[in-house]
This record gives sequence, structure tokens and C-alpha cells, in this order.
Amino acid sequence: MLSLAPEKVVAAAAEAAATSQPEATLLIEVEGVRKTFPGVVALDNASFRLRPGTVHALMGENGAGKSTLMKILAGVHEPDKGVFRLRGRDIVLKSPLDALEHGIAMIHQELNLMPYMSVAENIWIRREPLNRLGLVDHGRMNQMTRELLRQLSIDLDPESNIIDLSISARQMVEIAKAVSYDSDVLIMDEPTSALTEHEVSHLFRIIRELRAAGKGIIYITHKMNELSEIADEVTVFRDGRYIGCMQTERLERDEIIRMMVGREVTEMFPKEPAKIGEVALKVQGLTLDGVFSDVSFEVRQGEILGVAGLIGSGRSNVAETLFGVTPASSGSITVFGKEVCVDSPQVAMAQGMAFLTEDRKDTGCFLNLSILENMQISVLNGEHLTAGFVHQKTIDQLCESMSATLRVKAPGLYERVENLSGGNQQKVLIGRWLLTNPRILILDEPTRGIDVGAKAEIHRLISRLAGQGVAVIMISSELPEVLGMSDRIMVMHGGRVTGILDRSEADQVSIMQLAAR
Amino acid sequence: MAIANTGTIDKLDKGPLSKFRIPAEARIFMVLLGVALIFEILGWFLVGQSFLANKERLLVMILQVSVIGIIAVGVTQIIIMGGIDLSSGSVVALTAMVSASLAQTSEFGRAVFPSLTDLPMVVPLLSGLVVGLACGLLNGFVIAKTAIPPFIATLGVMVTARGLAKWYTEGEPISMLSDSYAEIGSGITPVLIFLGVAALFHVILSYTRYGKYTYAIGANRAAARVSGINVARHLVVVYAVAGLLSGLAGVVTSARAVSGQAGMGMMYELDAIAAAVIGGTSLNGGLGKITGTVIGVLILGVVTSGFTFLRIDAYYQEIVKGVIIVVAVVADQYRQRHRRS
Ligand SMILES: Nc1ncnc2c1ncn2[C@@H]1O[C@H](COP(=O)(O)OP(=O)(O)OP(=O)(O)O)[C@@H](O)[C@H]1O
Ligand SMILES: [Mg+2]
Repeated sequence: MLSLAPEKVVAAAAEAAATSQPEATLLIEVEGVRKTFPGVVALDNASFRLRPGTVHALMGENGAGKSTLMKILAGVHEPDKGVFRLRGRDIVLKSPLDALEHGIAMIHQELNLMPYMSVAENIWIRREPLNRLGLVDHGRMNQMTRELLRQLSIDLDPESNIIDLSISARQMVEIAKAVSYDSDVLIMDEPTSALTEHEVSHLFRIIRELRAAGKGIIYITHKMNELSEIADEVTVFRDGRYIGCMQTERLERDEIIRMMVGREVTEMFPKEPAKIGEVALKVQGLTLDGVFSDVSFEVRQGEILGVAGLIGSGRSNVAETLFGVTPASSGSITVFGKEVCVDSPQVAMAQGMAFLTEDRKDTGCFLNLSILENMQISVLNGEHLTAGFVHQKTIDQLCESMSATLRVKAPGLYERVENLSGGNQQKVLIGRWLLTNPRILILDEPTRGIDVGAKAEIHRLISRLAGQGVAVIMISSELPEVLGMSDRIMVMHGGRVTGILDRSEADQVSIMQLAAR
Repeated sequence: MAIANTGTIDKLDKGPLSKFRIPAEARIFMVLLGVALIFEILGWFLVGQSFLANKERLLVMILQVSVIGIIAVGVTQIIIMGGIDLSSGSVVALTAMVSASLAQTSEFGRAVFPSLTDLPMVVPLLSGLVVGLACGLLNGFVIAKTAIPPFIATLGVMVTARGLAKWYTEGEPISMLSDSYAEIGSGITPVLIFLGVAALFHVILSYTRYGKYTYAIGANRAAARVSGINVARHLVVVYAVAGLLSGLAGVVTSARAVSGQAGMGMMYELDAIAAAVIGGTSLNGGLGKITGTVIGVLILGVVTSGFTFLRIDAYYQEIVKGVIIVVAVVADQYRQRHRRS
């Protein structure tokens, strides 16, 4: 570990800068906040300040306490201790509703929409316009939604059900909902982790308009490049403590990372060259009626095939079909020279495939269950069973060392996954699949919500797996990640493959051209 | 807008050491003790004798709820898996009828199957289990292969099985059963069967793959599927096992009454679900323990025999039972909400 001295200097400087601001202009001021959960100190003496008309980024490793602090600001959690001032006045929030009434709205890290209700119903819940009989006036509600979506230039039908929308569309609904409260403070907890670059720039336009209207926006992200683009100030947290705050104009990337992690890390881990072996997976004319068609490609042992494309391009659908979640209508899947009819995940797993899904809340985590139960679920087969009984000791050890490798931050393996921070949940899921020792690893947004340090760690891990002869298919909306890690890059648009680029010929421009064609 | 004049909230500073959490079962056990204690005190005041210091009474109490207990074990695993089973009471009736009809003695002139009398005890026992298993399989297949929710599917089987039980002898009760068959329901055998089944399923749910899959499906069905669990097959198996246990309960019921009647097991499904819920199994799935269910069953037993002991009308007994169930569900919701925030 490095000495902590440099950060202290920065922190002190920032402190000075912050205190020179006249108190009255502060929208939010938090000091000395402490929050504990059983077995965990999530926040310890945390402080934070937000000025109106600014975008304030909040950064820190997974489990640093960012979401927890924001939940305190939004009335979800009560702090054990600390001062919270809103426009210079001390307040105590009793509930999220209370927070909304004080003008604080939050978009949570995990989506909170009701799947079988329409976009309009989700946005106006609890505030539905009523007609003279006191019944919900759906016509007006849809009209209001249309108006709101038009202002934000979001292209969605107010009447479509949430369940039918993609994750990114759902995220846009959450954003529209939060904006509809017209609050002075808008908290966004990793809003872009489910969005592609195109939608990210759309979101940034919305944020800039809100900022111009004098609102204060708190923006949590793990993406460094977003800082300079959207944020005015950035506050860094580590282990539940305030580390420092600075203007983004004077921002040094490495500085921020060092403040977050407390040690030197490389931000992006380029793939190590691996021995390319035989064809592990060959896909020909794969079609799922109405979703994607005629997808053909192959991946070799030791190779990482990056998959890029906009939301709706069918990337995730292809992955689901490869793994048998939604079996193909036609086309063939050949695994190590043998054609296989993959019509269920079990068949795929029997072929040595593993699949990390894009939506950890819906198709990934068992939130109710422990880290252990979550990690072990896919390896409860032959080798770890005797007459149906699980060899719990062996599996405990496997999971223990896997969570150590992935640096899962939790009080123990028996902690419920629901209590983990978003990034740590993601690590648990990655662990689940790595335990299966896959031959073919399909990853859909593997580093979604993962902090910089751990991201490099996961990249190193993926690279090492490729080095050991695993064939990797990696879908990612982060172009630098795709470019850094892939041997070849397949680009999709509108359910078709628009090109497969070699590492040497691929760059941001060539990919975006194929993706937006 | 309520703005408090002080923003400093100083609460008990729970550090990282406050790791210790009371297990849910311990809490439910306290409830059991509390309820028993209330009857003990009321007993001294109202009838002048002890409720608990009476072996006979305690045995009868457990005997009364053993059958519910056997069903509740099967139902608990279904609820953990995120399902529900309304058919168990009717399955008890149907199996009681079928197995009783095969357990009759030849001394009886009007046996259901005059040519099938004086059979060894295993025949009615096994046929009872098979009937239960078949009902469970039916539940499972309908739920796994169609989009019909478990509530409706098992409601259908509930009505159908009850109808079949009545149709079987056109409503006539079946009596004159062999002594060896009656043995299954005599003395403390039902209690032993209940505790044996509970112990077995406690082990199965905690330590086997079957158990892990059951919890996983209940916690998140879509994730379970993507994790490589054959969800449809597991659903069928779990419902089948529950059916088997209902069948066993039917055999015990008819053996204990030394007869088969189409009205047997009425509302047992609700008592079984209540026992599971009182015992801390969440109707949302993914959460629950057999140990909790056993305590839940005992709570129902204490309430039932407590009222009899106090010689209070059965109406009150039902009212109190209803209140306890609602309180248990509210407690569950409360726990769920607290976990989320
Ligand atoms: N409800 C809870 N119960 C127990 N522990 C919790 C709970 N919520 C959060 N924690 C713990 O508090 C710590 C901080 O979590 P938090 O969600 O604030 O992290 P974060 O900075 O948002 O991380 P990420 O970048 O991964 O989202 C973590 O160690 C987490 O496990
Ligand atoms: Mg978070």
C-alpha cells in the first residue's frame, strides 16, 4: 500500500475550497454521518456537500458506502448519527415520501418498477390524475406521460408494460419518473450501467438541462470518462469515509483512482496474448423469429470475442439463445465439432458453457439467500454430491477462495446477497460461473457496476481464463472494455451481425459505424 | 412539512460486534411457550388445574395435529419453492377412502371389493401412497406444463379429489378395517410418523441438492433456470413429494379412525399452510424451515387442546386461530420490509 499522504493533501485542499463557499448556497450538507448494519459499518464519519446548479459525482470502490449515503439522503435509511442540512436547515427524513416532499428524488441502483403495469402507471404512481368520480383518469395520465417523455425526447409508448421493455428502456422510465417529481435534488445511482453510449449521451443532455434549471444532481458512477464529461465536482469515498472532494476541471484520473483505492491500479487491463486453439463454438445461421436472424460466428479456445451494438441490437438475445434460455427457431450451434441442440440451460451447461446474464436482479441473484447459496447453485452436480447430499465442506472452501479472489466485500459467506452493494452482488454471480470451470464463457456486461480496481481484476481474470484455453464471448456496452479485451469484435445492429472486426482494425469509430448502420 | 429542530440523531452505536441475530425459530418457539403459558395460567384460574403438567393431554394434543403436521411438511417445501397447495385436505380424503377400501376384513358382508379383503397391511398402505403421489404429480404437471398458477391448479385438484372421494362409495363410509392396518394409526405411531417425516425433510431441505434447488426456485425462478436448474422437473418432483405426504396423512387418518369417510381432511390444507406460515415460512418463497413448521404445528395444537381444556366453545378457538394466522403473516411482511430497507 502507498502512503496516504498525497490524498490527505488533496482532501485538505478540497476542504478549504468547499468551506470558502458561503454556507447559504449549499443545497445539501451532510456531516459526520455514521450508519451500521449488523456486522458492517457502511458509513463512518461521512460528509458531503451539494451546491445548486451543479452535477456532483460520487465515486468509490464497491461497498464504499455510496448507495447507503444516498439512501440516507432519500429517506430510505435513517443514519445512526450525523447532521443533515437541507438549504442550511437541519432536517430528519422519516421516509422516502418525506424526502420527496422536501424535494429530493432518487433513481436507485437496482430498478424499482412494477413489471405488469404500464409506463404511465409507473411514473405517476401515488399521484395519478383523477376524474370527477375519483377514479384514475387514464387518458389524462397517458397524455401527461407523453408530454413528459416528449420533453425528455424519450421514445416510449406510455401504455406499454414495463415487462415488455428492455433494461435500458426501463432505466429511461426510472429517469423520467424521477424528473417528473420536479425536485431540487436528483440522485442518480449508477444510471448509466444499463445504458449504451447512445443513451448515455441522451441522459447527459437531460442532466445538463436540469443543471441549467438550477437543480443539484448527485451522480454515482464507476466510469472515469463520464466524470469530465458531466460532473462539476467529485467526492470520493473509501470504506465508508470521506476521502476528498475536488473540481473536475483540475481532475487527475490517477489521483482519483488512488483516492478511491488507496493504492496504484491500472485502470484497464489489456488482454494478454493467449494460444488460440481449436474452434470451441461455431454458430451458423442462428435465428430467433422476430428477434435476430442469421447470426453466424465462431470462437476459438483462448480467444475473446467481444460483442458490441446498441440496445435492441439483439446481442443479449443471441447470448440467451446460445445458452438455451430461449431456444433458437433455426440455425445450428456446434460445440467442439459436435452439433448440439441447445434447448435448455442444462444442455448448455453439460457442454461446458457458462452464462452471466445482464440483469443481476431479475435473472441473476437469489436476493433472499446467502452468498454461499448463490455461488454454489450451479456446481451442485456429480462431483460435489453423494446420494443427493451436497459436500458442503468442499464447496464452502471453493466459495471462500472464490470470493477472496474476486474480493467480495461482505462480513461472511452467510450474509444475504440482498445486503451486498451492487458491485459485490455482481462479483458473487461471476464467482458462480467461474466455479463451474467453463470451456465456453458467455459474459453479458461482466463489469456492470464494478469499481475500477475490481474491474481491472476481473479483466485480468478473464484474460487468464482465455490463457487457459477457455473461449470467451463478452458483450459490453463499454467500448474501451471491448476494444481492450477482445481478439475480435462482432458488431450487431437490428438483430443482424453487421461485421466482425479484427483487433487490429477495430476502433471506436469503426465499431460505431457498424453499430448504427 | 415537518422540519425537526435538531438534525443530530444519536442512536445506540451498534458496532461490527452486533453480529448476533436471533434465529427465526427461536422467536417462534418463544411464541409457542407464550401461548402455552397463557393456557397454563388461565387453567389455574378457570378450571383449577395445570395445562402442561399432564402427559396424557400433551400426547393427545400432539396426536391431534400429527396428520396436519405430515401435510405441513410437504406444504412447507412447496411454499418455500414459491408455490401453494390447496389440494392436500381432499387428497387425504381420497387416499383414506382408497386405502380403507383395500384394508377391509372379510368378516364384513358388504365390503367395497368383496374379493379384495384380508389383504396384508402393505397393500392399502402402498395404494394410499400411490394415490397421493398421483394427485401430487397431477398438481405438478399442470403447474409445470401450463401457465396456470398453483393456486388455481391445486384448487382444481382439491375439488376434483373431494368429488372422487365421494363418488368412490357414493358417499358411504368404509368401515371394518383390519387390525394390522389400524395399527398405523394407533397409540403414538402417528406422532412418530410425523416427527420422522419432519426430521427427514429437515435434513433433505438443508443438506441435499433437492433442498438447495427448492430454495433457489422460490427465491428467484428466472435466475434458477439460468443457473441450470431444470425448474419444470423440480416443480413436478416437489409437488409429487407433497402429494405423497398427503397420501401418507390420508392412510394415518383412516387407520386412526378405523374407517374411511369422504369428509375426512376437511380444511386440513388451510391448517397446514397456517402452520407453515406461523412457523416463519414466507409466502413469497425462498424462506422457511421445517423446524419452524413443526413449532407452528405445535402452536395450532396448543390452541386447539387449550380451548378444549378450558371448556370454551369451539367457535372461540377458530376465532383465535384466525387471529394467530393473520398476526403471523403480518409479522412475515414486517420482517420482509425491514430486510429490504
Ligand atoms: N441493508 C443492508 N444490510 C446489511 N449491510 C448492508 C446493507 N446495505 C448495505 N450494506 C453494506 O454496506 C456497505 C456499503 O454498501 P453500499 O451499497 O453503500 O456500497 P456502494 O458504495 O454503493 O457500492 P457499489 O459501488 O458496489 O454499488 C457494504 O459493505 C454493504 O454490504
Ligand atoms: Mg451502490
